[in-house]
This record gives sequence, structure tokens and C-alpha cells, in this order.
Amino acid sequence: MKRRFACTLVFTLLASFVIPLLVLSAEAQDETVGSGYINVFNWGEYIADGSDGSINVNEEFTRRTGIKVNYSNFATNEDMYAKLKSGGVAYDVIIPSDYMIARLIEEGLLQKLDFSNIPNYSYILDEYKNIYFDPNNEYSVPYAVGMVGLIYNTKMVDETPDSWSILWDEKYANKILMFNNPRDAFAIAQFLLGMSVNTTNPEDWDRAAEKLKEQKPLVQSYVMDEIYNKMESGEAALAPYYAGDFLSMQQNNPDLALVYPKEGTNIFVDSMCIPVTAQNKKAAEMYINFLLEPEIALANAEYICYASPHKAVVENPEYSLAGNEVIYPPEEAKANTEYFHNLPKETLEYMTQKWNELKIGGSNNISIYIGLVVVVVVVVAAFVIRTIRKKRQNAYIDGPAGDK
Amino acid sequence: MNKSSIGARLAAAPYLVWSVLFVVAPLLMVVYYAFTDDSGNFTFLNFAQLGSYSDVFVRSIWFSLIATVVCLVLAYPVAYLIAMRHERTQRVLVMLIMLPMWMNFLLRTYSWMAILEDTGVINSILSKLGLSPVHMINTPGAVILGMVYNYLPYMILPIYSVLAKLERSMIEAAQDLGANRWQVFTRIILPHSMPGIASGLTMVFVPSVSTFYISQKLGGGKFDLIGDTIERQFQTSYNYHLGAAISFVLMVLILVCMAALNKFAADDEGGLLI
Amino acid sequence: MKTMIRIYTVLVYVFLYLPIAVMILFSFNSINSTGVFGGFSLRWYRELFRDSETLNALKNSIIMAVLSSLIATVVGTAAAVGIDKMRSRWLKSVTLTVTNIPMVNPEIVTGVSMMLLFVFASRLVRISGVLGFWTLLIAHVTFNLPYVILSVLPKLRQIDPHLQEAAQDLGCPPLKSFFLAVFPTIVPGVLTGAIMAFTLSLDDFVISYFTNGPEFQTLPIRIFSMTKKRVTPDIYSLSTMLFAAILLLLIIINVLQAQSEKQQSKKKYY
Repeated sequence: MKRRFACTLVFTLLASFVIPLLVLSAEAQDETVGSGYINVFNWGEYIADGSDGSINVNEEFTRRTGIKVNYSNFATNEDMYAKLKSGGVAYDVIIPSDYMIARLIEEGLLQKLDFSNIPNYSYILDEYKNIYFDPNNEYSVPYAVGMVGLIYNTKMVDETPDSWSILWDEKYANKILMFNNPRDAFAIAQFLLGMSVNTTNPEDWDRAAEKLKEQKPLVQSYVMDEIYNKMESGEAALAPYYAGDFLSMQQNNPDLALVYPKEGTNIFVDSMCIPVTAQNKKAAEMYINFLLEPEIALANAEYICYASPHKAVVENPEYSLAGNEVIYPPEEAKANTEYFHNLPKETLEYMTQKWNELKIGGSNNISIYIGLVVVVVVVVAAFVIRTIRKKRQNAYIDGPAGDK
Repeated sequence: MNKSSIGARLAAAPYLVWSVLFVVAPLLMVVYYAFTDDSGNFTFLNFAQLGSYSDVFVRSIWFSLIATVVCLVLAYPVAYLIAMRHERTQRVLVMLIMLPMWMNFLLRTYSWMAILEDTGVINSILSKLGLSPVHMINTPGAVILGMVYNYLPYMILPIYSVLAKLERSMIEAAQDLGANRWQVFTRIILPHSMPGIASGLTMVFVPSVSTFYISQKLGGGKFDLIGDTIERQFQTSYNYHLGAAISFVLMVLILVCMAALNKFAADDEGGLLI
Repeated sequence: MKTMIRIYTVLVYVFLYLPIAVMILFSFNSINSTGVFGGFSLRWYRELFRDSETLNALKNSIIMAVLSSLIATVVGTAAAVGIDKMRSRWLKSVTLTVTNIPMVNPEIVTGVSMMLLFVFASRLVRISGVLGFWTLLIAHVTFNLPYVILSVLPKLRQIDPHLQEAAQDLGCPPLKSFFLAVFPTIVPGVLTGAIMAFTLSLDDFVISYFTNGPEFQTLPIRIFSMTKKRVTPDIYSLSTMLFAAILLLLIIINVLQAQSEKQQSKKKYY
């Protein structure tokens, strides 16, 4: 009983916290009831969020249209696919990459856009129209463009690397980061081995997997956007990552540099799409159109540092990254690049399996097995000894009275 | 049968319905997915694939066994010391054990990452002192440390609560009968704390063996545990059937461990109380 | 020996509080680093208060914790009363076993199993996007229920079964007699269960991770996605403030408890 008073008080306290919040939230919901909301699913660090004096794009959209944006992030195309395919969540706008868009179209997960609701589509540069994954421009609107580069810390790496092979250099053991998604990680090994990233030959994938296994002991960690902190703080020295993100890292650590290795690299386009499960298609198209508004597209391009497919951005004299060699490399640097294509189902499954094996395998050494066996033996022995002792004790107690 | 007992028994009805819908049915779903393929046909293939995952199971069990033992070694003296204090001091000390548990475990783990990194807190202190840096992050040790840190309170609290109930008069009686300190400990205190130790062991082992965030943050994604593998099947590889099969095996594994431990603990108590 | 144990204990406490101390220290960092301390500033607290998404997640977490613990307390208390009165031994033991499942099962299996159920059910009825507020609420209530039931049941066992009967014999209707005769005795158990449910729900990450949707994100989910991106020390200022709130709450409880004890011992004395 003595706790009763205390508990009542705690609850009163909690209630005093909560009730105003509930009231507030009820009010907040009332405002947006008429105009609804959209669920946007995008890469992390891939939209201007208001920090460093940029525009908070989502809040700006809500302010202009009254439509609330539920914004969530994915780390890889594969994560996005798993969420979307499950049907458990309904997104209105997603921004995956080229090969994933091809896969989603093939599996009937995307719906055609109504371009009369997206008049700003006219700003898209011609070179980013009719790309292979959406040949008739029906399903997607380009958002950003980029290439994968090799990022290194000039204070920690003495040479100027020109090849992916430096990621296999034992000198930099534990200072190397690697992609934490199968497609990008395999691509590095495939470029190094001189094969196509779109090969369907299982033996090619085996060889690439072997190469990655060889690298695993040298890798500090497998990362996606965790890379920012690790490269900026000098925790790691070398990493393959998207060139646009490199520029934003370099703003925080000027020692970082980027090269496009001679073996070639991946080029990609991330585009905005609407899944078939979208519940508010009109609003989704409004959102896509909004992201193409020149001042919004400029704010985004400045913030995320990726190359822009937007005419009004690249021609804007105020665009600080205009002509930047990293994200707008000269044509000859692009010569060696390859797009990812969607792979046939069997190849995809094979790749996923190989990737799983890479991630789970390897670092167990024999001592673990010995240790486990020892533990099991000790436990069983203890159990047996205890049982025997107990039996003896019982025999002693239950034994003939004269014994005592 | 009077009215109140009908009413009282109906009181459990909503809960029973709820449990069938949201406890039993989900587990049946795990079994269903584990034994079917994409087109819904019965198959053992998901389990056949598990052969290549034996490394993960062995590693998870080994890491969490070490973490559990370390927790026990760390926790026992602390629990003992707390239990032997005055009641008011006890309350403060217990509260101080519980306080870190109320912090979000993601934040606690992340903070360890900042401490252990090559450019982290410990190493920057070391370099200020002119000592050579120590590589700690992304090693098995770091993963185990994360487990120990996060689940240590779950070991201290049950042992403490058993020890706190221990009658001091019993210890005094044993001392009066000429038992030395060691004998008092092995004959009285330790046997009585067995139930606490047993529940502490399960409360540390179960979450350690199934964790997925700790190994990702402190192990750099190089030491995948069962939890990581399950999470990847559901959130990245989109292979629900394989994920369900691994979950199923994990569930069975833990049930077997708990049953064995319960039997062991019950046995112990019975055996030594005589 | 005694001093050794004492030193040992102090070291364990230091171990428990080391990461929290680091968090608090770096929340006042003037530079953007979680490893190097550049000087004192409140910059990251200002940053935090500008982060509407995190504040919104905090609000969602509190809403979820209040709702789920309320539902779990009501349903769970009723269930405990029902279980206590069950006549069939078999039904009772089955019910108690089922009650134990969410506590024994690894969290990840619970989360995954509920997600499978929701996804499966939504495919059956051809609705997409079920994961959201309601599934999260169901999941939270489900893992809260056992804690409520198991803290109420022992209190019920302490009650004299004739108490309610006596009240009814005196003409009191069943429900009223329950609230008059039984309920006051089990109140401490109910409150303990409710508080446990509240804190569990507030802190849950693993199960929420598998059952949440984009419309309704709780604080742990938000923190998870924050640590997947560029991490700034504002995450530390968030945890420092949470820590301060919890500390304050615990101190209040402790002081009140000590006071009520003092009063009781005084009563005894006179």
C-alpha cells in the first residue's frame, strides 16, 4: 500500500505531460484532415532538410499545399524493394535507382505517371530522357545523377590511387570501408576483374565473390550512410562511395579526395516513381512536380551535391557546383562507366546467396568450436556429477537406520 | 455456480481472444512461412539451406555464452554487496542499476562506438598521453562488450532480489555452528541464489543471442549474428521463408536451452537443500 | 575482502555510467564531433529543438506508451482476475504458458512473427499499407500484457476468496463488490504493471522496427534511422535530456517513498 501514493503521483505527473500533447496532436491533425498526407521513401541524406541555411523541402511543400509529408529513409535499393514488395507499407513517392526501377516495372509494382500533372518535367535535360530502364518515359522522373568513386584521405594514404585494387592492399587493413549492399559491393570486384557488372554467368559471380571474401579481413566495416562520420573523422582511410556524397564529406574534412579508378565505375540515375499501392496519387504527382520547381531543385542540388538532371539548375549562374569536375566529369572520364541493369531472377537469387555467404562466413576460428565443445562437456559433466551425488545422498538418507 | 464466477471468468475472454490472434497466430505464421516456398507449397528447402548458416549459429552462441559468463562474474559480487546494505541504501543502489536500462539501448550502443573507435574517446586520450592507440572497435571483443554492457542489469537484479530475501539469521546460524566464510558462501549463500542466477542467465543469454544492432554497430557488419541474419532476410533480401526458418530454429534453440537450465536449477536447489 | 568487493562494485558502476557520461559531455560539444571535445556550447540543444521530426517522434512515443499501457492494464487486469478464477486446471496452465511466450521469446522473433501475420492478413484482404499506427499499437499491447498479468496475479492470490462473497451476501452486485472488496488490494500490482508496460513501450525498438509504418514513427525508430546516417551530437543532447527526465522521475519516486515510510514508522511509534 505504501507505494500507492507515489504511484498515483507519478501517473498524475505523466498525465500532465501527456494530456497537453494529446490536445496538441489532435489540433495538428484537424488542420490536415482535409488535405491528407503522402508517404515519401527516399535515400538517407538525399533531400535538403533546412540545416546550414538550406530550404527544408518537405516543410516547404506542406506550407504551400497543406499536404503533410511522412518522410522515411532507406539505406539501399534492396531495403526499399523488400519494404515495398511486402505490401505492408504503402508509399506514394519512392526514389530508387535505375536497375531497381527496371525491376519494379517488370514486376508491375509501379504505375504510369500522369505527366499533365507534372508540367515541370520539361526542365529535365534531354540526355536523361528515354534511358534504358524507362524507354518511353512513362514511369519515372530523374531526381539526381551520379557515379561511384574511390574516396581516400590524403593524410592517411601516401600514394594517389588510380585503381580499385588499393581496396585490397594489406597496408590499409582496418582502414578500408566497403559497401553494405550486394550490387554495389560486387560491382567493385567485377570492375577490378574486368567483367561486366551485368553478367549472368554464375562463374563470374563466383569469382567476384571470391575476390570480396579475400578482402573481408582487411575491411574495417561494411557501411552505407555510416560512411559520413567514419570518413570525416579520419576513422577510415579508403572507401568506394557515391561521388555526390564525397563532396558533402569534403566540406567537413578537406583532406578527403576522390578518383574515378581506371578499371571503370558505375554510373546511375535515381528517379522519382509512384508505386501501384500509392494511396494519394494526385498529391504524389504534386510532390514530384514540386521537387522540380527550379528553386527547390537548386536547393536540393546544392545540399545533396549530386549532379542534377535539371536544366534550370545547371544553367543557373548561382549554382555553386556548376561544372564541378567531380560530379560533372568530362566525357572521357565517363567512357569507362557502366549502368546496372536489372538481372534475371536466377542471377539475382544467386547474387543474394553469395552476398549472404560473404556476410556470415569467414571469421570463425577453430578456437570457437573447441570452446563450445569444452562448454558442452563441462555442463554435461556437472550435470552427471550432480545427479550421482544426489543419488548417493538419497541412498544415504533413505538407507537402513542402523547406518547412522 | 454463482453470478460472480461467470463474470470473473468472462473477464479473461478478451485476453484469450487477443492471445490467440496476436501471440499464437503469429507463431503459426512463422511455422507456415518456414515450411513453404514462394508459391505456398510445402517444402523443407528453407531448412536445407540452413547448413551454410551453421557458422552464424556457432558464433552467436559462443559470443553470448561469453557475454553471459562475464555478466555473471561482474554481477554476483555487486548483487551481493547491494543485498547486504541497509534498506534505504539498497533502494538507491538498485535504482542506479536500473537507470541506464531506461536509456534507449540504441543510444547506449552508439555511445560505446564513439568511445571505442580508433579516433574515439579512449584513443584520443591515449594519444594525448603519448601512448600508442589500441584498436578496439569492429572486433569480437567489442561486440561482446556491447552485449555485457546492455544486459548486465538483467543479471544483477534477479540475483540481488534473491539475495535480499535471504535471512541473515541463517548465515549467523551457520557461523555459530563454526562454518568459515567460504563454507557459508558455498553451503548457504550460493545455493540460495541459484534461482536468481538461473533467471539472470536466461535474461542475458536470450537477448544476446538474438541481438542485431550491437553487432552491426560495434562489429562493423563483419561478425553477423543470428539476429543480423534474420533481419537481413526480412529487410533486405526479401526472403521471408528463409528468415522464418532461421527464426524458427532460434526459437527452438532457446526453448531447449531454457528447459535444460530450468531443470538444472530446479535440480540444484533440490539437491543442495537437503 | 570487503574493500575488494567495494572497489569492484564501484568499478562496475563506473562501467555502467561511462557511456552515459560520454554522451552528456559530448552533448555540450561546440564542434561537430562525437569523438573530439572542442569546447562547451549549447549548440546541439538548439539544433535538437529545431528538429521537428524528432520532437514529433517523441510525441508519438508518448502517445503510444500511454495508449498501449492503458489498454494492456485494463485487459490484463481483467484477464488476471479471470485466470485466478479459472476452474479448469488445464485451461489455466495453457493460458499461463501462452502468457509467458512473449516474455520468453526473443524480441526479434516476436517482431518478425507479428509482421508476418500483418503482411499475410493484408494480402488475404488485398489491402496494402497496413503497417502503421494500429499494427504498432497491437504489437505494443501484446508485449505489455504479460507484464501486467504477472504483476496482478500474485496480488490476487493474497486475497481472501470469501471477501467478495461476503460483500455479495450483503447484497452488493458483483461488479461493485469487485471494485469495493478486491480492487483496492490489487491496486499496487495494477500500478506496477502499468508503469512497467509504459516504460517497456516507451523504450521498445526491436518489435516496433518490424511493425511500424511511415505514418507513425516512434522515438527509438527515429533514433535508429538517425544512427544510419550522418550522426551529429544532437542525438546526444536528446539522450541527455531523456536521462535527466528519468533521473528526476526516479528521485521523486524515491523521496516520496521514503516520506511515506517515515510517516508509517511514526504511526507505529505512537
